[in-house]
Amino acid sequence: MNVAVMNTLQAVGFLAIGFIVAAVVGMFAHWFDRKLTARIQWRVGPPFFQPVWDFLKLLTKEVIVPEGASRFVFLAAPLLGLAAVTVVTAILIRTIIFPAQSFVGDLIVVMYLLTVPSQAVILGAFASANPLASLGGSREMKLVLAYELPFILAIIVVLIKAGGAIRIGEIIQYQAASRPVVASVSGALAFLISLLVMQAKLAKGPFDAPEAETEIMGGAYIEYSGVALGVFKLTQWMMLFTMPLFLIVVFLGGINWAGSWLNVGYAALEYLGILVVMVLIRNTNPRVRIDQAMKFFWAMVAPFGVVAIILAFLGLRFRGL
Amino acid sequence: MNLKLKALTKSLWVFHLAASPCNNCDIEILDALTPRFDLERFGIQLVGSVRHADAILVTGSMNRKSSERLKRVIGQAAKPCFVIAVGNCSCSTEMFGKSYNETKPLDSVVPVDAYIVGCPPKPEAMIQAVAALVEAKLAAARKQV
Repeated sequence: MNVAVMNTLQAVGFLAIGFIVAAVVGMFAHWFDRKLTARIQWRVGPPFFQPVWDFLKLLTKEVIVPEGASRFVFLAAPLLGLAAVTVVTAILIRTIIFPAQSFVGDLIVVMYLLTVPSQAVILGAFASANPLASLGGSREMKLVLAYELPFILAIIVVLIKAGGAIRIGEIIQYQAASRPVVASVSGALAFLISLLVMQAKLAKGPFDAPEAETEIMGGAYIEYSGVALGVFKLTQWMMLFTMPLFLIVVFLGGINWAGSWLNVGYAALEYLGILVVMVLIRNTNPRVRIDQAMKFFWAMVAPFGVVAIILAFLGLRFRGL
Repeated sequence: MNLKLKALTKSLWVFHLAASPCNNCDIEILDALTPRFDLERFGIQLVGSVRHADAILVTGSMNRKSSERLKRVIGQAAKPCFVIAVGNCSCSTEMFGKSYNETKPLDSVVPVDAYIVGCPPKPEAMIQAVAALVEAKLAAARKQV
């Protein structure tokens, strides 16, 4: 068999693995989120297979395209988000398994693709010809503008630490050779910043203004029903896996599975820890207005990102910063 | 087993439609969704958009103005979707029956799947009614097979 066919088969295989792993773990993460929220509120919470039933139900429901909506964009937007998150997961899993084989600039590709689900939400919201949906879409757009700046600043800290590498594989190898990025002052600061960014990227409280149930009734998703809504929900759940995985890879040293299989369990613990922090933040903070969110990210988080970059440059000379 | 119906009954998302109620039943519906009763145990969630709804809880008596709008809103829901009449007003118009604004019961406007009587019904009654509705739908599906 020639090389091109082999490469195509390998790519399809990794995409399938990425999709299945992200969907299964993402559904678990969604259940974990809801269950932990329920326990915090002193309730019992949903059963374990609740996300599966929710998704199956949405698959069997009618899909309504609202009058006046742009039919193609309205139905294509959920698929765009799903495709993007699948590709990101595939790239991350392949890089974890073969760190030496990743391509130059895949960090930039991953960062671009991680914003595509948000763009899909914006597209779908504006295509659905509903004033509340377009309000949700515009809020999502402002949120993307708000969190991308601190996110990029936090990733630049990783680049400085890893000696200017823009390949995720090199970042993993650097961390395996010395120590994880988070084990330094600037790295820890950047990790904290990216935890806050993750909260906004996943549209979890206090940054859930784009889909605020109580004021704009689901916001961007208001006109979606059936399979289209199910695909949007699945994309959200898969992001619950992919985004923490990305943080584990660039800040916590990835998953060193070749060293010992115990490290996979260790990475799972790190993942659960990130999820718990996310759920606790979401349950203890009321929703902020979109202007407050922008002010928070630009005026409070971004300066810390600059401080982290300066510390990282100092860290090239003084160990530990 | 009818997987389609099972999935629907395992994750009922309810939409609360207030068609000129006195707000009493609405408060009781909200009570049913509080941590004390915890409807999320059964996969029941309150949704903000009628497009996401699997069950529509209608409160209040239908009058000349609200019945037209009610028909429009229920028509916007994605099928299959249950309609549940909550409270005496939507079941039978209660004391507003002889009003000037032509009140009528909900089932004279749209087909209704379940009735919950009471003024207002207790949250326990609503949970029981939803459970009975799920049972009845599953039993009907079993009979068809």
